[in-house]
Amino acid sequence: MTKTTITLKINGATRTVDVEPSDVLIEVLRDKLGIKSPKIGCDRGDCGTCTVLLNGQTVRSCLVLAVEADGGEIVTLEGIGTDGLTPLQKAFIAHNSFQCGFCAPGVTLAATELLRKNAQPTRDEIKEAIAGNLCRCTGYTPIIDAIEDAAKPANKKTKAKK
Amino acid sequence: MRYVGEALALVAAATLAQARAAAAAVVVQYEELPALFDMAAARQPGAPQLYKENNIFKELHITRGDPAAAFAHCAAVVAHTYRTPPQEHAYLETQGMLAVPQPGGVMQLYGSMQCPFYVRDGVAAVLGSTLGATQITQTSTGGAFGGKEDVPSLPAAHAALLAWRTRRPVRLIYERDEDIICTSKRHAAVIRSKYGADRDGLLRAVEIEYLVDGGAYATLSPIVLFRGVVHAAGPYRCPNVRVDGYAVATNHVPAGAFRGFGSPQVLFAAERQMDELARQLKLDPVELRRRNLLRAGDATITGQTLHASVGATDTLDTALAYVREHPLAPPPANAPHLKYGRGLSTIYYGVGLGVGGEYLARTGATIQINHDGSVVFAVGTTEIGQGMKTVLAQIVAEALGVPFASVEMLPTDTTRVPDSGPTVASRATTMSGNALLHAAGQLRERLNAVAAEVLGRAPLQISLHHGQIFADGAPAALSFAQLLHECAVRRVSLSAQGWHHPRPLKYDWQTGQGDTYVVFSFATNIAEVLVDERTGATTVLRVTAAHDVGKAISPAGVEGQIEGGTLQGIGYALTEEIVQANGVIRNPHFSTYIIPTACDMPELVPLIVEHPFPDGPFGAKGFGEQPLMGVAPAIANAVCNALSISQYELPLTPERVWAALHSA
Ligand code: FES
Ligand code: FES
Repeated sequence: MTKTTITLKINGATRTVDVEPSDVLIEVLRDKLGIKSPKIGCDRGDCGTCTVLLNGQTVRSCLVLAVEADGGEIVTLEGIGTDGLTPLQKAFIAHNSFQCGFCAPGVTLAATELLRKNAQPTRDEIKEAIAGNLCRCTGYTPIIDAIEDAAKPANKKTKAKK
Repeated sequence: MRYVGEALALVAAATLAQARAAAAAVVVQYEELPALFDMAAARQPGAPQLYKENNIFKELHITRGDPAAAFAHCAAVVAHTYRTPPQEHAYLETQGMLAVPQPGGVMQLYGSMQCPFYVRDGVAAVLGSTLGATQITQTSTGGAFGGKEDVPSLPAAHAALLAWRTRRPVRLIYERDEDIICTSKRHAAVIRSKYGADRDGLLRAVEIEYLVDGGAYATLSPIVLFRGVVHAAGPYRCPNVRVDGYAVATNHVPAGAFRGFGSPQVLFAAERQMDELARQLKLDPVELRRRNLLRAGDATITGQTLHASVGATDTLDTALAYVREHPLAPPPANAPHLKYGRGLSTIYYGVGLGVGGEYLARTGATIQINHDGSVVFAVGTTEIGQGMKTVLAQIVAEALGVPFASVEMLPTDTTRVPDSGPTVASRATTMSGNALLHAAGQLRERLNAVAAEVLGRAPLQISLHHGQIFADGAPAALSFAQLLHECAVRRVSLSAQGWHHPRPLKYDWQTGQGDTYVVFSFATNIAEVLVDERTGATTVLRVTAAHDVGKAISPAGVEGQIEGGTLQGIGYALTEEIVQANGVIRNPHFSTYIIPTACDMPELVPLIVEHPFPDGPFGAKGFGEQPLMGVAPAIANAVCNALSISQYELPLTPERVWAALHSA
């Protein structure tokens, strides 16, 4: 097999990296580029812990070949909140949204994409948007509450958890 | 080889691809021996013997009064057999270890785990080295739920062996299907249960046989069984009881610890039994429970008198009041096939290791105040997402009188504190909390003595709150920074070790009578569901969960535990079931082993009830496992009520519910 060199814009910085045609994006991110926030929960598209944004869309980086991403723009958790926490991240903290945190990078990216595309999502739209991101610890409620709050900062008081 | 998934050979390589190729090159020749995949078959006379003559790892009995005689005088008797499946922990981070040989022969391990001291002992035994030459550091752990109690010792020992052999660092991370195939599950169980009550609904006699499938090795089965038999009849008074528990050896993957530890299975049966009994007595299930629930001064089925912190009835009232005051909207009128049902369960949970694990029930802690005012502490229990770090930092801050923000927990490491036992059984808050209080008390004495000397007061007149010093309640002319400086000048040590163990318990293992756990937590769950009568599919609308936790040190943390545990309980109730055929797990992926997603989460109402536990830190008693335990029976009762059916098996898949509806 022949190595190819690909170029990715990752969290704003241009990186080139040598990959095998069979290399999967998550391996390249984690092992070759040292970007550790995408996690491997299943390595076959079932859990969402490897979620990253590729050209503005969430993808499961365990299902994308690195060569497919060549020339693309990737955002991982490392690229979110670089100038201070985003309102979404602040809401996650205020709602105690995560326990072990293993799902948090993927959930954050899925919710970031949702809010970018739909500034006022309903509760059902929020659930739908993160339904592909499994979380075994929290029961999702504090995650959904936080996304709802981040979407409607004016309503923070009324929506905060009882 | 005793089960599919047992390690045969270890392969290390420089790359994953090489390792896979090398593992694929291993040729194994098997000679097949007769195997056992069914508990009933394992108990048959003439069954192949996996270990000794009866394929029983452990049996435990509770005998109280004379149930056989008492049944004869009961106005109502219900007898049913209940079945529960193996449940997978499904922590999102699989098992993983990194072994790094250190100069001087020390083997250092980093990894995802609940119990570093178990890992240390396991690795040292396998390498034949001393405990001192084995250092275990827990890294951020992506969920555990019991699945990282004893299991991590295995990947740790394997990684350590390879590192020892190659003299190089070795990383060993399970893939998801490996993790599901090779690691422990909640025990599959069969519960034969017979309940008898008098005309007023008072429980007079209970007989339970509890069988758990321990799999191919005993591992934690004996102690799982112990918790199961103690919890077998739920939080009720009953004068005549017989419980017979058996942990059966089979050729399944060994079962082990999972949130609730042998109690969710029996509590499912117990709470279904209470509803079945209520039906037969034509009594409201709430009323039946209310008449039988344990109150302060009552004895459990092992004859243990509960003196304080018994909030069972209070959780029932709290949950009921909420549901009464917040009725759900009625189901849509144009969908007559959707049937609404409400069900409840009241349960209890013995906190800590109990008499079955008493020898492990001790824990250490250290606290150090640095001269810049920052405080670090170390404990032997672990943060696994349950929020222990926050709770313990709060305890340290409160006990020392320093700001919460100045307190940091160090990573849990076997070289920092003495062997503190496992992080299981909802014990971290009470055990490490008490050890920290012990250490903090010593530091406070030293700080108070120095402050008193400087201020010309008696130590008893000094107090400290949020880093401010008070003399006789008034702010003193001495800042915390100055006090630390005065301590440094006097060369006073501001580092202290704490130690804690609970009071001893007295238990008769022959009769199963005596004290089992230092304290019990209680919970009432009310589940409201809609069941589609055409398909048998259940939608959970709302779970109202009231928990007596003694004292909620971190209310947000308590709510988080309730929310997460409830979701795992919903999975256990409706979808989660490891399917095995001839010992092979058929659904080792999240596409076939279905855990709840965000779309499956109903409205959840966590309600905190506080009946302080006098021996707990600030009145707290552990409860982290309890949120899972009562959910499945509440949902099962709700489904049964919705359709007027009876269900005796988990999970309540559409197929099972539909079949029950059409066989009725
Ligand atoms: S690791 Fe990619 S979806 Fe699970
Ligand atoms: S917080 Fe643990 S998986 Fe989501």
